[in-house]
Amino acid sequence: MSNPDVPNFDEMFEPDGTVRPAYRDYANWLDQQEPAAMRRKNAEAENFFRRSGITFNVYGEGDGEERLIPFDMVPRIVTGSEWRRLSRGIEQRVRALNAFMHDLYHRQEIIRSGRLPQRLFSNNEAWLPEMVGFNPPGGVYTHIVGIDLVRTGPDEFMVLEDNARTPSGVSYMLENRETMIAMFPELFSRIPVQRVSDYPRRLAKSLAACAPSATTDKPVIAVLTPGIYNSAYFEHAFLADQMTAELVEASDLRVIGGRVQMRTTSGYKPIDVLYRRVDDDFLDPLTFNPGSMLGVPGIMDVYRSGGITIANAPGTGVADDKAIYSFMPEIVEFYTGEKPLLPNVPTWRCAEADSLAYVLDNIADLVVKEVHGSGGYGMLIGPTSSKRELADFTKKLQARPENYIAQPTLALSTVPIFTKAGLAPRHVDLRPFVLVSPNGVDITPGGLTRVALKKGSLVVNSSQGGGTKDTWVLDD
Amino acid sequence: MLGRTASSIFWMYRYLERAENTARLLEAGARMALTRGADGAEDEWRSVIVTLGLRKAYEAAHDVYTGPQVCNFVLRDADNAESVLKMVESARNNARASRTSITAEVWEAVNEGWMTLKGAMARPVRDAALGEVLRQIRREATLVRGATYGSMYRNDIYHFARSGTYLERADNTARILDVKYYLLLPSYSYVGSTLDSGQWDNVLRSLSGRRAHRSLNAGRMDARGIAELLILDGRFPRSFPFCYEALSDNLQALAEMHGQESRANTLMQEAKNKLAAATIDTIFDTGLHEFLVNFIVGNQAIATAIAEDYLFAD
Repeated sequence: MSNPDVPNFDEMFEPDGTVRPAYRDYANWLDQQEPAAMRRKNAEAENFFRRSGITFNVYGEGDGEERLIPFDMVPRIVTGSEWRRLSRGIEQRVRALNAFMHDLYHRQEIIRSGRLPQRLFSNNEAWLPEMVGFNPPGGVYTHIVGIDLVRTGPDEFMVLEDNARTPSGVSYMLENRETMIAMFPELFSRIPVQRVSDYPRRLAKSLAACAPSATTDKPVIAVLTPGIYNSAYFEHAFLADQMTAELVEASDLRVIGGRVQMRTTSGYKPIDVLYRRVDDDFLDPLTFNPGSMLGVPGIMDVYRSGGITIANAPGTGVADDKAIYSFMPEIVEFYTGEKPLLPNVPTWRCAEADSLAYVLDNIADLVVKEVHGSGGYGMLIGPTSSKRELADFTKKLQARPENYIAQPTLALSTVPIFTKAGLAPRHVDLRPFVLVSPNGVDITPGGLTRVALKKGSLVVNSSQGGGTKDTWVLDD
Repeated sequence: MLGRTASSIFWMYRYLERAENTARLLEAGARMALTRGADGAEDEWRSVIVTLGLRKAYEAAHDVYTGPQVCNFVLRDADNAESVLKMVESARNNARASRTSITAEVWEAVNEGWMTLKGAMARPVRDAALGEVLRQIRREATLVRGATYGSMYRNDIYHFARSGTYLERADNTARILDVKYYLLLPSYSYVGSTLDSGQWDNVLRSLSGRRAHRSLNAGRMDARGIAELLILDGRFPRSFPFCYEALSDNLQALAEMHGQESRANTLMQEAKNKLAAATIDTIFDTGLHEFLVNFIVGNQAIATAIAEDYLFAD
C-alpha cells in the first residue's frame, strides 16, 4: 500500500542496485552461498524455533493455539554512526518520558503552562490517581521502554510509538541473534556486530539499582507473569531464566508484614523488585479491578510504603496513549530544554475540529488509529481499505473523534527478506529496548526488527502476520 | 524454589510416568486380546479399562469393549480427561510452567515429545499403527528421563522430579497388580496352580519384567514368583522396594535441604520399614488385595504430605 509517488527507501540496495555500505560485507558473503543451502537453512531456523517452544499465543484463536513468529534470515543492518545518532535521540526521549511521568503525578507543570490540555488526563484510564504525589524508588517510572522507530530515508528515522507500559519482544531480539550465530557462525567472525546477549544481565543490574528502601541484602528480583496461557509467556520465562530471577504468578504472592512475599518450598520470602508483565488494572484487586485473579491484594499499599519496586511503575501507560504521543515533541522540549533529536510521525488529533475535518476529507490516504489501541487492532489503513470500510470508519470518527488520531501513510523503508525466488524487499520497523535506572539510560545496540512478510504490506505486528529479523548494529 | 514450581516439576514427572505405564498396559492388553478368542478379547480390553480406573467414563460412552474403541479412548478420546494425549499435554504444560527450572535439553525433549505424539494421535490410531504409537510414547518418555538424568543439576528441583517419577511408578505397579489379582485369584489359592499363565505373562509384559522373571525362575510361571519379583525384589526397577528406595533417598535429600524433618519423609520411612518387614508369605496370608490397597493408600498419603510440606499450594 505504499504511496506510489514516493519510492521506498531500501536499506540494502540503492535504486540502481548497488549495495549500500552497511550491507557490503554481508552481500559479499551472501554471493558465495549456494541458494539451495540457504533454503535448507531457512527450514532449519523454523525447526529450531519450534523445538525450543518459542511461540506466542494469538488472542481470539481457538484452544490458545501457539504459533511461531516467522523468522527471516537476512539481517537488518545499521551502521555504528547511524546507531549513535539514534541512541542520542532515544535517550533524550526516554529521559523526557520519565520526567513527564514525574510531573504528571506531581505538580503538572506542563498542564499549568498550557502546553498540554487537561482533557488528555481527565478521561484517561491509564492515569492513576493512586500514584499522585508518590515517588517511586530511584525516581524511575519507566524502567523498560520500547521505542518503535520507522525509517523513510538515509537519515530519516521517526518515532512511531512509545511503549512505556510493558514493552514485549526483547526475547526475540536475543533468540534471533542466537539463531543467526548457530546457523551462520562464520558471518560473525567476518563482520563486527555489537552484541545483544548481555541484555538480561543489564536488565537485572538496572532493576537492582531501583531497589526499594526496605531492601536489606542483595535485591531479590521476580518476574510476574499472568501464566502459561499468556501470549508472551515464553518471554516472561525466558527473561526470568536469563536473569536467574523467580518467575512468579499472583497465586505465589501474598502481602505479609508489609512486604510482598513469594511462597517457596521453605516458606514465604520477600521480593524487592517486581518486574511485572501484567497490566496496571490487574495488579491489585483491592485498588484496581476487584475481579482480577492475576493480582496481589494489597501490593499497592506495600508499594506506597517503600516495601517493593514495581517495574514499570503503575500509571506509566499514559505515555502509550496515541493522543499523548502526538504531543511528544512539546514534551521533549518542555523537560529537556532541547529540540527533539528524533521527530514524530506527523499526527492529526481528531479531537481538534480542524484536524478532524482534514482527516475526514482525506481518510482514503491516511492511517487512522485508536488512541488506546495496540497490536495493530482497531486501526484503518486508508489506501488498502474498501469504500465500505472507509464509510464505517468515518461513522466511528464522527461519533467519537477524541478516540482517534490519524497519520499519513509513510513510504516505510524496506529490507530484503529471503524468499524461494531470492531476495525481495519488505517493509520494516525497529523497536530498540531501553533501560532506565538512577545510574542512567542504557540502550542495548540492536532491537527487534519486525517485518511485514506480505508484499507491499505495512502491518508488521506479529498478531497480523508479521515476522522478525536479527538486527545488527555494526561495531565500526 | 517456588512451591508452585515444585508442584509443576513433581506433576510433570508423574504425568510422564503415567503416560508411559498406560502405554505399557495397553501394549500388553492388545497382545493378549490378539491371542484370545472374541470373548476373551473383550475381557482383556475391559481389564485394561478397569486397571486404568476408567470403567465409568468408558461405559458412559460405549456399550461394548472392542480394541479400536478402547485404544481410542485410552489414547486420545476428548471425552477421556485422562487420555495419554491429555497426560502428555499436562506434562508439557507443567514443564512450560517450570521452564526456568529445567534444562533446555529436558524442555526440548518434553516439547518435541508432545509435538510428536500430538501428530501421531491427531486421528484415531489404526490397528496397524498401534504398536508404533505405543513404542513412540515409551520412547519419548525415555528421552525425557535420559535428558533429566544427563543434564539436570542434583538440587531440590531434581529431587522433586525423581520423587514424582517413583511415587507414580509405585502407584502404577500396585494398580496393575491389583486388577490382575482379582482376575486371577477369585478363590484364595496362590500356590502354583496357575489359572492362566498368559494373564501373568501379561502383567510381566506391562511392567517390562519378563526378562528378569525368566532369569530368576527358568520359565516357570506362577503367582508367587511373579509377586515376589514385582513386590519385593529391590533389583527390579518397577518393584515397590526399588521405587521406595529411590523415593526415600530423594525425600531425605529434600528434608535435609530444607533443614527440617518433613512429614513426608517420616511417612516414607515408616512405609519403607513396613515393606522391608513383609515377606511373600505374610502378604498372601493377610491377602494380596488388602496389601495392595493399603499400599496405594499409603502412597497417596506420602504424595499429600509432600504437597503440604513443600507448600505446593496456598
